[in-house]
Amino acid sequence: MAPAAHMEVTYPAPGTAAIAISGDVTAACEDDLMAAHERASDGGAKLVVLDFSQMEYMNSGGIGMLVTLLVRGQRRQQRIAAVGLTEHYRQIFELTRLDEAIVLHDDTASAIRALSTQGA
Amino acid sequence: MTENSEAVPRDAAFWAAKIDRLQVSDPTEPHGYNIQGKRVAGPMNGFGRLWQRTYTADLGTAITPAALVADWRAHFGRYWPRMGRFHGSVSAIQPGDVTALTAGGVTTGIMVLYADDTSFTFLTPEGHMFAAMITFSAESDAGGRTTAQIRMLLRCSDPLFETMWPLARRGEDVFWPGVLRNLAAAHGVDEVEVREETVCVDRRRLWANWTNVRHNAGIRTFAHALSAPFRPRRTGATV
Repeated sequence: MAPAAHMEVTYPAPGTAAIAISGDVTAACEDDLMAAHERASDGGAKLVVLDFSQMEYMNSGGIGMLVTLLVRGQRRQQRIAAVGLTEHYRQIFELTRLDEAIVLHDDTASAIRALSTQGA
Repeated sequence: MTENSEAVPRDAAFWAAKIDRLQVSDPTEPHGYNIQGKRVAGPMNGFGRLWQRTYTADLGTAITPAALVADWRAHFGRYWPRMGRFHGSVSAIQPGDVTALTAGGVTTGIMVLYADDTSFTFLTPEGHMFAAMITFSAESDAGGRTTAQIRMLLRCSDPLFETMWPLARRGEDVFWPGVLRNLAAAHGVDEVEVREETVCVDRRRLWANWTNVRHNAGIRTFAHALSAPFRPRRTGATV
């Protein structure tokens, strides 16, 4: 049995929530990720940063789950950003063209900076 | 950056390598004309409503999930009903394979995005009826019963295909249960019950992607057939 993923929600800046995802990201953790997104959205976040720096494994079910999360975010007029991706996972985002909808940044601070620049 | 942060992940061998444009795995395959040079189109690159469709079949205790998926990968096209044809000539489904297929008279294809011991996933190319990710998998419950599953996350690619969705959906409801029944029968399970579940994940249509119609594989297949008499004949492999 694969180790479960763990989600931790923080609020690093006004209007921003971050979900730190650690462990194995598969379809099995969909309920946990959607619950984390609900918590992240409760405060009215307009930017949701997914922090993958502690992710250990992802299968194609994980990509499908991110598509579902993206739709939920768009329904709430949120921007979704991904940070902490290794080159391997960054290439998977590019291969699946998820990077066209989820903005990739090196870290949470640069994601927040980029959004505030665009919002100005 | 530490050396550790770029250590090879456990899933590295399961994913296709990054590519920008698709290249048919078998260059002698004559059905690759609607895939060659196209980009993949995931569920966020399509036009129509986003659906998650799941077909499952309980295959009992006759086979383990890993053995079932190994056989499914090795003989993928063999389990297709007669209404479709998988033109794969590779020996088994491998990450990165790009293969043509014909379904409902339309020639298009797939790329193998991911494959491990108990699952494999296809992404569709531009022009396919669906901008989709389709995962074939097997898992066992506590009692050792193996369930085969086909799950797809899909949008119709363009407005033309979207108008055909009610018809296409009925076709899918014949085709994929047919695959699961053929798979089950090959492993000694007759009269298998296939369960289907459909969820509308996103009711919006992505109007920004209406121009996908320029890649429409239905139109291009028709044009390819019309132009056949004017193309030079293939003479087969040369030494």
